[in-house]
Amino acid sequence: MKPTQLLAAFALCATALPVLAEEVVVYSARNEQLIKPLFDAYTRDTGVQIKFITDKEGPLMARLKAEGRNTPADVLLTVDAGNLWQASEEELLRPIQSKILTANVPAHLRDPGNEWFGLSVRARTLIYNTSKVKPADLSTYEDLANPKWKGRLCLRTSKKVYNQSLVAMMITEYGEDKTEDMVRGWVSNLATSPFPDDTKAMEAVAAGQCDVTLVNTYYYGRLMEKNPNLPLGIFWPNQNLKNKAAGVHVNISGAGVTRNAKNPAGAQKLIEWLSSDKAQNLFADANLEYPVNPKIAPDKTVAAWGGFKQNLINVKEAGSLQVQAVKLMDRAGYK
Amino acid sequence: MLSDNLDAPLKTPSAGVFVWPRFSGWMLLALLIAALVLVPVAVTFSSFSHTEGDTLAHLTEFVLPGLIVNTLWLVLGVGIAVSVLGVSLAWLVAMCEFPGRRLFDWALLLPLALPAYVTAFVAIGLLDFTGPLQTALREAFGPMQLPEIRSRGGVILVMSLALYPYVYLIAKNAFSTQGAIALEAAQSLGLSRTQGFFRVALPMARPWIAAGLMLALMETLADFGTMAIFNYDTFTTAIYKAWYSLFSLPAAAQLASILILFVLVAVVFEQRSRAKMRYGAVGRSAASRRIKLSPTMAALALLYASTVLAIAFIIPVTQLALWARDVMADDLDSRYWAFAWHSLLLAGMGALIVVGVSLLLAYAGRQRPTKTMMWAQRLATIGYAFPGAVLAVGLFIPVAWLDNWLIDTGRDWFGFEGHEVLKGTLLVMLLAYLVRFLAVGFGPIESGLHRITRNVDEAARNLGTGAAGLLTRVHLPMLRASLLTAAVFAFVDIMKEMPITLMTRPFGWDTLAVRVFEMTSEGEWERAALPSLAIVIAGIIPIILLTWRGAHSHG
Repeated sequence: MKPTQLLAAFALCATALPVLAEEVVVYSARNEQLIKPLFDAYTRDTGVQIKFITDKEGPLMARLKAEGRNTPADVLLTVDAGNLWQASEEELLRPIQSKILTANVPAHLRDPGNEWFGLSVRARTLIYNTSKVKPADLSTYEDLANPKWKGRLCLRTSKKVYNQSLVAMMITEYGEDKTEDMVRGWVSNLATSPFPDDTKAMEAVAAGQCDVTLVNTYYYGRLMEKNPNLPLGIFWPNQNLKNKAAGVHVNISGAGVTRNAKNPAGAQKLIEWLSSDKAQNLFADANLEYPVNPKIAPDKTVAAWGGFKQNLINVKEAGSLQVQAVKLMDRAGYK
Repeated sequence: MLSDNLDAPLKTPSAGVFVWPRFSGWMLLALLIAALVLVPVAVTFSSFSHTEGDTLAHLTEFVLPGLIVNTLWLVLGVGIAVSVLGVSLAWLVAMCEFPGRRLFDWALLLPLALPAYVTAFVAIGLLDFTGPLQTALREAFGPMQLPEIRSRGGVILVMSLALYPYVYLIAKNAFSTQGAIALEAAQSLGLSRTQGFFRVALPMARPWIAAGLMLALMETLADFGTMAIFNYDTFTTAIYKAWYSLFSLPAAAQLASILILFVLVAVVFEQRSRAKMRYGAVGRSAASRRIKLSPTMAALALLYASTVLAIAFIIPVTQLALWARDVMADDLDSRYWAFAWHSLLLAGMGALIVVGVSLLLAYAGRQRPTKTMMWAQRLATIGYAFPGAVLAVGLFIPVAWLDNWLIDTGRDWFGFEGHEVLKGTLLVMLLAYLVRFLAVGFGPIESGLHRITRNVDEAARNLGTGAAGLLTRVHLPMLRASLLTAAVFAFVDIMKEMPITLMTRPFGWDTLAVRVFEMTSEGEWERAALPSLAIVIAGIIPIILLTWRGAHSHG
């Protein structure tokens, strides 16, 4: 190659390379296999690099807290509103003003103080054995405490935040005493000790160990995808109520910008992108969840489960009442 | 500190003259190492200062009683099972001859490579109501009530199968050096072989068995993954609950302190039994002295060893392989090499550090065998009983604080613009591994070092060896088996470790254990089989290495 050609090639390369690719750092309690496709898509769309670390939400927030001013994290992405509320309480997040997010995310699925925003929705609903139970037998979450379900109920452990949030929302809806009676009723109806995860609970229902259980919708979707012949049906409870408890209990996976973010603008753009059309489909479909943006249609498998009324109490109550919920479950003997 | 100075006469300071106490460098080293371990303990306890009566009162009333019962049963059950399994198998393999003995010698160690939480989800997958065994039985015989695997018994079974190798290996070492002599002594006094075992060989080996038992029980107390899968409440699960679900650090700290108290009590007991250790190698057991078993007994021995190996290792690994085969096409990609490499690298570095520091600590004890030293050594090893995530946070907080200080100072003095000095490195991780796994390294090395009597040192000195030469040319070769045992224990334990790795890893440092976490936390047990299998395969190699080298150095 002639020297001038070489020089030209070099100059071309030098200008084509970004001096320092913009970077956003994410701390995620949402598993790697679910978020990596999204982050890859974001990088393709915008050129922004995303560095992320995954861990359980507890240690993740402890880490964020310990790092303080010098944390590399720009975004905290977690599952369950309870965790986001806690992060806000611990002053780990900062409020942001975003017209895009206000437009895309319904009010009951984001922080009234604008520190966190839901990005996908999951419902915690009833799954039943189609050969043993008719939909007419089911009605509400509270009904599961009825003695007619004795020995026919399976539940996931109370240690999982999903159940803690469910009970927390119920305390908002029914008050603490009624909720405690309900949970005691559930415990006395258990067919076997609580399972470590929703999938095992559903498998127990399918195998006949019990007849009904409570799960997050995406676990149902995943299980049916793997094994379409299972005798499992999905039921939306609390549809005919007129009070605060009306509607299926929903929760979110969501994100917020960290208080000490080094790139808060980039972080905000990422979260806004995650709430936008393209990402919403990717985000939700990868895990068979509902898009938080009500204008976006869910994945067709999910849509086939039918529409339902969701409970409209702000999900932050799941966090603010979590401690009470956990203590309630301990008192009721729900392991 | 004057009492540390054993040789010099007590000095009375004359007026106006200050006498410095004789600081032993070794003592300082040991105290520093122990201090490392106490850092996370101190951090956890520092939250005692906020009293939060509410949460603790709640836990005491509704959670603690069940916890204590559960923990006691667990410790009792695992303790007995692990001792019986480990000692019986060690005796058979070290002292008797039966077909396949040579294979079982190393094969019975293989469960070390299998994390307990993996055995847990395999056991439940196979034996629960929805699993293939019960389903088949129901189809053949109609609905029936079968023992529940998700129960206290199930937890004890899984933990015992995962942890017996600690007792097995250490007892085997004890028997193969002392067993024959003990039996001969017993028989010369007119005792039968069985009596010789129970009344001479076993008591002589008891301190070593206790050491192995301590490792197994500490790991049981600290375990979270297996307890989470079984939904079995122990102190560790309660600490997590207090911290992360009830948002009460003080309550978590208080529970952790009760746990540590238990452990310290156990350590004191073990210390007492350690004092009865007979030092000095008692001679090697020659192959010709093996007990030849009758054909029936030999067949029973073979059956016993095979059954244990089958249910502790072969069946779980086969199930893992079957599950992995289903998901391999989707999940096995080029990143797996990176995960495996990270796991191996971290385990290798960690093992080196653990063995190095253990050797230093053991040596310090040999140089200055005082009571303070003994306590420093014991304290340095209690990290093993600490729940991994608590340890990780307990170390992370001071490191982050130090990091912030360094960054601020750097910014003020040097215009330093970055945001990480220590945090982005492997420092915290390796430090946490050291604190957590010092016990598994220290145990074997200290036992081995005790076997080298002072006579050996004196003989070497008389032949003109200096202090350095003593270490490198006399002690290290004699310690080879112990060093190897320590290295293998540490390596395999770090490969399986999850909570510390999750919390302290820098960006892009995912390991195989992290992959297992990603899958199991979403209930995707089949997908978790692939990284689990990789962990097992990576762990088998050092185990085979250990026993191959071990076989060459013993008769």
